[in-house]
Amino acid sequence: MQTIEHSSRRGFLKIAAATGGGLILGFNWFESEAATATTTAAAVAAGADFNSYLSISPQGIITILSPNPEVGQGIKTAFPIIVAEELDADWTKVVVEQAPLDTKKFERQVAGGSGSIPHSWERLRKAGATARQMLVGAAAKRWSVPGSECTTEKGFVIHSASNRKLSYGELATEAAQLPVPADVKLKAVKDFKLIGTTVKNVDNAKITTGKPLFGLDFYREGMLFAMLQRPAFGYKLKSLNAEAAKAMPGIVNVVTFDNNVAVVGKSTWQVKKAKDALKIEWEKADALESTTDHNRLFKELLDSSNATVRRKDGDVETAFKNAAKVVRAEYQCPFLSHAPMEPMNFFAHVRPDGVELVGPTQTPELARNETAKLLGITPDKVSVQLTRMGGGFGRRLKADYVVEAVQVSKLVNAPVKLIWTREDDMTGGSYRPAVRYRFEAALDAQGNMIGYKLRGASINAGNATREDNFPAGAVDNLLIDSVDHKSPITTGPWRAPITNFLAFAEQSFIDEVAQAAGKDPVQFRLDLLNKAKQKPVGAIKYDIDRMKGVIDLAVEKSGWGKKKGADGKLVAQGFSVYFSHRSYVAQVGEVVLQKGKPVLQKVYSAADCGVVINQSGAQQQVRGCVVDGIGHAMYGNLTFKDGMTQQKNFNEYRLIRLNEIPEIEVHFVQNEVDPTGLGEPSLPPAGGAVANAIFKATGKRLRSQPFVEQDEFKGVS
Amino acid sequence: MAIFKLQINGRSYQADVEPDTPLLWVLRDNFGLVGTKYGCGIAQCGACTVHLNGEATRACVLPVSAVGKSKVTTIEGLSVAGTHPVQQAWDTMDVPQCGYCQAGQIMTAAALLKRNPKPSQAEIDETMTGNICRCGTYHRIREAVKLASMSSPAGTIKSSKTK
Repeated sequence: MQTIEHSSRRGFLKIAAATGGGLILGFNWFESEAATATTTAAAVAAGADFNSYLSISPQGIITILSPNPEVGQGIKTAFPIIVAEELDADWTKVVVEQAPLDTKKFERQVAGGSGSIPHSWERLRKAGATARQMLVGAAAKRWSVPGSECTTEKGFVIHSASNRKLSYGELATEAAQLPVPADVKLKAVKDFKLIGTTVKNVDNAKITTGKPLFGLDFYREGMLFAMLQRPAFGYKLKSLNAEAAKAMPGIVNVVTFDNNVAVVGKSTWQVKKAKDALKIEWEKADALESTTDHNRLFKELLDSSNATVRRKDGDVETAFKNAAKVVRAEYQCPFLSHAPMEPMNFFAHVRPDGVELVGPTQTPELARNETAKLLGITPDKVSVQLTRMGGGFGRRLKADYVVEAVQVSKLVNAPVKLIWTREDDMTGGSYRPAVRYRFEAALDAQGNMIGYKLRGASINAGNATREDNFPAGAVDNLLIDSVDHKSPITTGPWRAPITNFLAFAEQSFIDEVAQAAGKDPVQFRLDLLNKAKQKPVGAIKYDIDRMKGVIDLAVEKSGWGKKKGADGKLVAQGFSVYFSHRSYVAQVGEVVLQKGKPVLQKVYSAADCGVVINQSGAQQQVRGCVVDGIGHAMYGNLTFKDGMTQQKNFNEYRLIRLNEIPEIEVHFVQNEVDPTGLGEPSLPPAGGAVANAIFKATGKRLRSQPFVEQDEFKGVS
Repeated sequence: MAIFKLQINGRSYQADVEPDTPLLWVLRDNFGLVGTKYGCGIAQCGACTVHLNGEATRACVLPVSAVGKSKVTTIEGLSVAGTHPVQQAWDTMDVPQCGYCQAGQIMTAAALLKRNPKPSQAEIDETMTGNICRCGTYHRIREAVKLASMSSPAGTIKSSKTK
C-alpha cells in the first residue's frame, strides 16, 4: 500500500482500514476546511477495503475512488455510477474521491481520446459486482442461508423468505475478509437502476461554494511561486539582465534553463511584476514563421510530389478520366489555442528522497515519467496527486509545464507552484495545428461518386487525414494522402484531434458533391453507406448500421427537408454526420437570415455512444461539444508573426459567449451496446452542420475557418 | 509594501502587499479565498468576479489599494451554507462541467438578480455574456439564472454574509 508521508497546511485525512492492517490515505487537502456532512462521516469511519476502487465503512458510507483525471468530462461522476450500479449501492451514501496516480492499482489513468469509459466499463462493473457478492456472502453466512436466496437493494442485503435484511455497513468488515470471487455475474442492461438516470456532478457543492479543487488552488506552507518567460518559436536566449527583477519585493531568485527565464518569489503578483521587468535579448535559432508563410506553404504542400499515401483503393486516375463531372474544393483551418479557463500550472517539490507533484494533468503517468527521466531517478520516487482541472481540451496531455515546475523546484531547492499567465498560455504553445485540404470527387453520369481524392497539408499535424473514415469503403476508387511541414511552432492534440477540423471539411465537401450530383445531402450519404454495406471497398472501420442509425434519428428529430418556419418556407438546414472516438453523431444545423446575414438558430444532435451512463452528464457533454465546435468554427483564430502569436489574451482571441449560442436539442440512440466516451465525438460534426446550413440559406460555401472572417459575416458584430 | 485592511464576507482581513496588487491575488495568495479564479487578468473572462458593495466587479484588475472600505463578497461568502438561490439553482440545473468559471458566473448572476430580481432572457443574456465558459455550459447557466429568479420572490435575493 502506498503511503505518502507529508503534511500540508490543509492536512490529510487518515482512514484506518479494517483489513490488511494498513492505512488508506484519503487525499483531502482540499476538503478538510469545509467538508460536507457525508465526507466528514467518511473520514471518521473505518472503511473496509474491497478492491482498488471501493471501501465501505461500518456506517454504510461507500467511498469510491475515481482514478481518471477529471477535466470537465464528468468522469468523476460517471465512474462511481458504474461501480454503484453493480454494487446496488444507495447513491446518497456514496462519497467519491479522486485517486492519485497509482499504476499498481489502476490502468490508463488518462483523460484523453474519449477512452476512459470504454476502457474501464467492465473493470468498474466487476469492482462493484465483486463487492456486492462478498456482501451477500457475509449476510448468507450470518443467516446460514444460501447466497442464492439473498437479494440486494440500495445498500442492503435482503433475505425475503425470512424477512431479514442487513445494511452494507453492518456487513462490510466481515465481507471484506471473504475470498474475492473470481467470476461474478454482471447485470443485464435492462436491470440498471442508476445507470441511465440523471445524476448530478459529484463536485457541485464544492464548485458552487468556491472550495479549493483545482491545481491553481493548491497552496503549501513555504512554497514559492514561479513564472517563466519563454522564447517565441524559433528563438533562443541570448542575454539576460535580471538585476531590476531580482531587486523587486518578494523575489527570491531568477534562474534560467532551456532558454527559459524563471522568476521565483513569494506571491503570484510579485512574480508577475518581476517577470515583466526582465530585460531579455533573444536571438534567432530556427525558422521564424508567420501565418502568411504558412498560407504560401499550403499551396506548395498541396502540389507536392512527396505526400505519404494513407489509403488507396481501386484506380483513381482512370475514375477521374472517365468522370462525367469532377468536383474540386479546398478547405482551411487555422491554429487554435486550447485556452482552458485554468491556465497551465503545477506544484513540484524536488527533495533528495523523491519528488512530489500536485496539479492538473490529463496524463499523470507521463508527468511522472518525464520527471523521472529529467532527474535521472526511477518513476517510483515520484508521486502525483491529481487535482480537478479547469478544462484541458488536450493541452494537459503534455507534461511540459509539469517538467518546468520540476526544473524550477530543483534549481531553487524549494517547493514551487509554477503558473502560466493567460498570455503565457496563448503564446507558449502547444496548439491545434493549421491545415489545408484538397478534395476531388468524380461523378458518373448518374451522379454516383466513382472516385474520391483527399490530400491533407498541415503544419506539425503528422497525418492530417483519417483515411479509413467514411466515405472510405463506399467509393471504388479512392486516394488519401498527406504531407506535413515540420515547424518550430509546437502543436498537440486538441479536443477530437484532426477530426475537429477534418470533419468540417469532409462533411462540407460531401455536401458539395451531393449538390453537384443533384441529390439530397442525406440521401447521398445513405446511398454511399448502402453501397459500402453491399459492396464494401477495402477495409471498413466504422459500423455502417450505427452510422445510419444516427442519420435516421437526426432526420426524424429535425424534420429534415420538410420543416417549415413561421413564414411557411422551408427552414435552411445543413447536415453532417461523423464517426470519431468510437461514437457516431449526426447533426442538423438551422440558419436564418437576419438583415441579410446568416444566424445559427438551432442544432439537432443525435448520438450513438452505446449505453448512456448519466443523462445529465451525457446531455451536457454533447451540448458543450456543439458549442465548442461551432464556437471555434465561427471565431477561433490564432495567427503568427515571426514565431509569435498575434493574439495574447481573450480580448484578441475570441471564444464563443452566451449570447452567441444556438438552441441545441440532444438525442441518443437507445441500445445496449457497451458505452463509449462523449468528451469529443459531438464536436467534429458541428462545423459542417453549420457551414452546410449557411450554404442552404445563402448559397455561399464557407471553406475557411473562422467563418466570422469570411465575407458572409462581414459587418456582423 | 503597505498594510491594507479589507472587509470580506463580513470579516476583517489584513494584508501587507504592494498597493497595485489586484484584489484577486490578495484573496487567493494572502487570504486563502481561492474560490475567486484567475482566467485572463484583463477583465475579459469574468472568472474573478466578486461583489464590491453588491456590484459585480472584476477582482483581477482591481488594485487592492482601490478597495478602501468597500464591502467585498466572494463566492465563499455569498451564503453561509451554499444555499443562496443562485447556488441552489446551479446545482439543480447541474450546470458545472469542469467548474472553473462557475464561481464567477454565480457571482455575476447573483449581482444581476439583486439589482433586477426578475430579468428577461435578453437581460440575462446581456449580463452573462461577460463571463466565458470554455466547456460551453451556457444553456444551463441561462436556465439556472431563470430558475433562481423564479425560486425567490422579487427582492428577496441578497448577498447574505458569513458571521
